Amino acid sequence: MLYREAGQFKTTYAEDMAIFPIRQDRMALAILLGIAFIGVPLLADFDIWPFGSDYLLRAILLPFLILALAAIGVNILVGYCGQISLGSGAFMAIGAYSAYKLGTGVHIPLDWLGFAISIPPLPVLLSILLGGLAAAVVGILFGIPSLRIKGLYLAVATLAAQFFFDWVFLRVPWFTNYAPSGSVSAPTLDFFGLNVGTPIERYMLCLIFVTVFAFLAKNLVRGNLGRQWMAIRDMDIAAELIGIRPLYAKLTAFAVSSFIIGVAGALWAFVYLGSWEPLAFSIERSLQLLFMVIIGGLGSIMGSFIGAAFILILPIMLNLLPTQLGVPLSTETITHLEFIIFGSLICYLLIKEPHGFARLISIGKEKLRLWPFPY
Amino acid sequence: MAIGGKEARENKTRYRKNGLNEEDSYMVRNKLLLAAAILSGGAFASPAAAQSEQFIPILSYRTGAYAVNGVPYANGVADYYNLVNERDGGINGVKILFEECETGYATDKGVECYERLKGKGPTGAAFVNPLSTGITFALTEKTTTDKIPIITMGYGRADSKNGAVFAYNFPLLGTYWSAADIAIQHVAKEVGGFDKLKGKKISLLYHDSPYGKEPIPMLQVLAKKYGFEFTPIPVTHPGVEQKSQWLSIRQNRPDYVLVWGWGVMNGTAVKEAAAVAYPRDKMIGVWWSGAEPDVQPAGDQAVGYKALMLQHGAGKFPVHAEIEKHVYAKGKGASEPGKIGEVLYNRGMVNAMLGVEAIRKAQEKFGKKPLTGEQVRWGLENLNLSEARLKELGFEGMLKPIKISCSDHEGARDGRVQQWDGKGWKVISDWYTANQSETEPLVDEVSAKYAADKKIQPRDCSKES
Repeated sequence: MLYREAGQFKTTYAEDMAIFPIRQDRMALAILLGIAFIGVPLLADFDIWPFGSDYLLRAILLPFLILALAAIGVNILVGYCGQISLGSGAFMAIGAYSAYKLGTGVHIPLDWLGFAISIPPLPVLLSILLGGLAAAVVGILFGIPSLRIKGLYLAVATLAAQFFFDWVFLRVPWFTNYAPSGSVSAPTLDFFGLNVGTPIERYMLCLIFVTVFAFLAKNLVRGNLGRQWMAIRDMDIAAELIGIRPLYAKLTAFAVSSFIIGVAGALWAFVYLGSWEPLAFSIERSLQLLFMVIIGGLGSIMGSFIGAAFILILPIMLNLLPTQLGVPLSTETITHLEFIIFGSLICYLLIKEPHGFARLISIGKEKLRLWPFPY
Repeated sequence: MAIGGKEARENKTRYRKNGLNEEDSYMVRNKLLLAAAILSGGAFASPAAAQSEQFIPILSYRTGAYAVNGVPYANGVADYYNLVNERDGGINGVKILFEECETGYATDKGVECYERLKGKGPTGAAFVNPLSTGITFALTEKTTTDKIPIITMGYGRADSKNGAVFAYNFPLLGTYWSAADIAIQHVAKEVGGFDKLKGKKISLLYHDSPYGKEPIPMLQVLAKKYGFEFTPIPVTHPGVEQKSQWLSIRQNRPDYVLVWGWGVMNGTAVKEAAAVAYPRDKMIGVWWSGAEPDVQPAGDQAVGYKALMLQHGAGKFPVHAEIEKHVYAKGKGASEPGKIGEVLYNRGMVNAMLGVEAIRKAQEKFGKKPLTGEQVRWGLENLNLSEARLKELGFEGMLKPIKISCSDHEGARDGRVQQWDGKGWKVISDWYTANQSETEPLVDEVSAKYAADKKIQPRDCSKES
């Protein structure tokens, strides 16, 4: 009754090709965006619980948005193009450190040539986007092996990227502007003369980035390029036979995915952490992103958001629960319980629904179509 | 539409096959989801806090690769707060309300914990104490914005000694640059004078993180001055894999190895040293690499291993008797009674005591009520603990007097060296005081750069009261 597209006739090609062809979907999305863009700032502005405190914005929504963006990037590569990657953390790091270098000014002395390359500090927005671009270039480079090797072997090759860049950012002092401790801190976040400092401003900034990239990604995956990626994923030989160039398809997937991950990395460093060290982008980050995509649903933009929420927010909730309910448990017991419950939830979910939350949603949609008269 | 229809068909068959079970499990799942939603909604509710309590967050780690060191420290902190509450009824009648949050020594979890706890209690967090240099770096700007002091006793960023630039950072009792200077002083004494350092080889085995990297610039300065050959050797987190590092030490045969490790890395270093037969009495750990859990697992192999002391060492003092009487006798102790008086337990206690005394100092100015972080910051900056006061508190023999000022957020920079004899730590040296003429130029240089980067106008310390 509620969710049925019967009677929604499409009279123009544009309508037929809309991103969300079903009216109820569009409405749901509009409500969601409305809540995110207008509701949350209003609630925060009027100090309405729980939005009044910084905690929800700074410690939950901000990392959730940024990691969801990174998960979209990973999903393009792993979920849509079927190339397993364990190097997502490295691409985030490249985005972060490139943006940092560009945001603080690049100086490369080329004494043997008699001159130096000097780039003055760039505006923050530009450095974040260029950080993404740098990650895309490196992504293409590390994507080249994917033309020859597949599956788990490719995962090992991307693992090499992870460890290589961990090493580079730890060992090459140029990237950290020779900071003695190896920890760098982001330049002040000025956007067109506007300083983004308060939690709500940071939230809005990330929200805009995430919304724009989510729409771009959603559009991309249903277009020509996205279909090429999916064809490669489903059966690369068949895809090649019908005229899809694996070189082009795979490398574009690496480029687009790394670009988004790189932007997410720059945001993670600049907007969320503020000051960071290479450990922030370690192999654990790569695995975390991969799990988000697997739990959320491979090949689903919406799934990236749900996966990010599940992996990031659920453990925090589990950790908060005992104290809030007044159960007297020591922090170590709580942490161990958190691991046990969270781990069993992942097992339960993957046994019940191996295709992740995205599949649950599509099942839910199908049921809603029949509701209230299932046959 | 075609795709949607196909999915519906697939779904139908799925549905028929599983019959009722599927639906039942959905209902159960929905109920679970609903319950989870209700519970998580409640999770944000801040419990009504009593209006006359001072809230202090404890960022601790009782799990993970660093738990061996994190647990005794956190116990010491909790026990001291309990002592103040149980014996004195709080700080001048203001009870201490504290809550632990598990960071696992991870920077992102530390930031989450800080955000979670910073606003609790009637006036928010009095100060924060992350026990991780990485978390300290991540929090430095946030705490300045939120006006909450960050106490990093014996760790943190060394340049934050300069309170004119770092108004909210307090690396009390000694920074890593002071530690490096003290270590080299001790080496010089062992080899027979600073002039004998020339040509010696000193390696630094360090945890590859801001924590381990912090002493490097100071050691480079000292290497240049005294003419010893300095080699930094990094160990990747968490530090259980050190074979190649010790192989290079065996080849290079340095005269001394300084150990800047934490958690499992310390114990591993001692065992690996024994495996390549590097003399343990030529190893000097920093004060975070010199506790019981670092040497006990290595057994006899650890005998002779030396470490710096952040003033205090292991052992029991009058304050321990108070804790046993007021906290453990009532069954409120956090630790196993046998572990009271261990090095890191004592350090947690000292840390808690300095924070409590800072609040007490601030109460002199702002009144005997819960104070904000900004007010506690004033208390910290004007903290002055004399010998007599330390005796009153039961810390005589553990600490030397400490006086903090706007330009000196470190307060004291003394240390000794202790040696493990297989059963306990023995103090083997006199007091050393870090030579400020060595550390100060570096502090000024690095903090000035930070101020320029962050566009901070350094305070004029002569005008601070």
